Amino acid sequence: MTITEETPTPAPTSRDGDHWAKPVDRLSAEGVAGIHVDSVTGKRVAGPLQGFGQLWQKTLRVPLEGSSMSPQQVIAVWKEQFASFWPKSGRFYAPLAGIVPGEVALLDVAPMPGSPIKLSTGIMVLYADDESFTFMTPEGHALSAWITFSAYRDGDVTVAQVQALERTSDPLDELTHMLGANRMVTAFWRETLINVGRTMGATDPTVIVEVLCIDKRRQWRHAANIRNSATLRTMRHTLTAPVRWIARRG
Amino acid sequence: MNATSVALDRSGMVATLRIAGDITSASEGELMAGYTQAVEGGANAVILDFSGLEYMNSGGIGLLVTLLVRAQRGGVRLLASGLSDHYREILSLTRLDEAIEIHSDEGAAVAALEV
Repeated sequence: MTITEETPTPAPTSRDGDHWAKPVDRLSAEGVAGIHVDSVTGKRVAGPLQGFGQLWQKTLRVPLEGSSMSPQQVIAVWKEQFASFWPKSGRFYAPLAGIVPGEVALLDVAPMPGSPIKLSTGIMVLYADDESFTFMTPEGHALSAWITFSAYRDGDVTVAQVQALERTSDPLDELTHMLGANRMVTAFWRETLINVGRTMGATDPTVIVEVLCIDKRRQWRHAANIRNSATLRTMRHTLTAPVRWIARRG
Repeated sequence: MNATSVALDRSGMVATLRIAGDITSASEGELMAGYTQAVEGGANAVILDFSGLEYMNSGGIGLLVTLLVRAQRGGVRLLASGLSDHYREILSLTRLDEAIEIHSDEGAAVAALEV
């Protein structure tokens, strides 16, 4: 269970009713096994409108040439084995219930290229159906983003796609973005898609990348997001580790 | 999947886009064309009337963000009306309701513009 506070809602009547997460005030990562730092519990979700930096739309797609899998089969495997497709620079701790609407997953990722420190953060599954699923980030995540993983048919070929709509969350994250984290995130999804392509049976998976800056302005009214920064919290946690170790030794 | 239809009504500086059917990422052409037509006609406020909305996935919500950014950049006020409880919840869940003014119906949206 991932929801600590839930607003009562009527039974869904829309065709998409079961595909969306239920409204939630604060997230909880209880039930996610294997994580050492939980930077998500107690946080609200934050989308591109709540972020600070420039707004980017990144679309990466890989035609699964040589694969006979349908879009629905691709998404089923992608959900089931999501963590295994991640590059080695990141680690995804899946919710026990799997990738279903409302569940929270935790993750460790590098905040900068070559960084020895891993940023501990998470995502909430905002939406999931047979052909797509979408993650939304929590407050404190380096990106205020929605990331949609989907598959569709283009002629005779199934295409797997990652589309992110993202802003950095605060001025520190924007700085790291400008210093290389932006390209690093794009490369991360590119490598993920290559792994997806190989697993789905594509003979030579080639990723097509489109990056658009949709809004060049920075939202200075959200600069105070830095008070929730998982980047800062993780750095503090890492730097004070020796002190805690000494304290434990008495 | 049902097609998206976007019909434009204009009254002075206020334009209403009546959205019917499904909103997914495939609706980008219709939605953006309707918005462009509205603002090129001189509208400084656009009401998105969702009374005829039947289905919306996360790609559709992404389109609303893009539309909102365009509106903010162009100094156009964006309002929403006719949302069912379900879609109100989704706008709340995604925190889009912090940026789009939501009204029960078109009349209430127009009245808010007159204040």
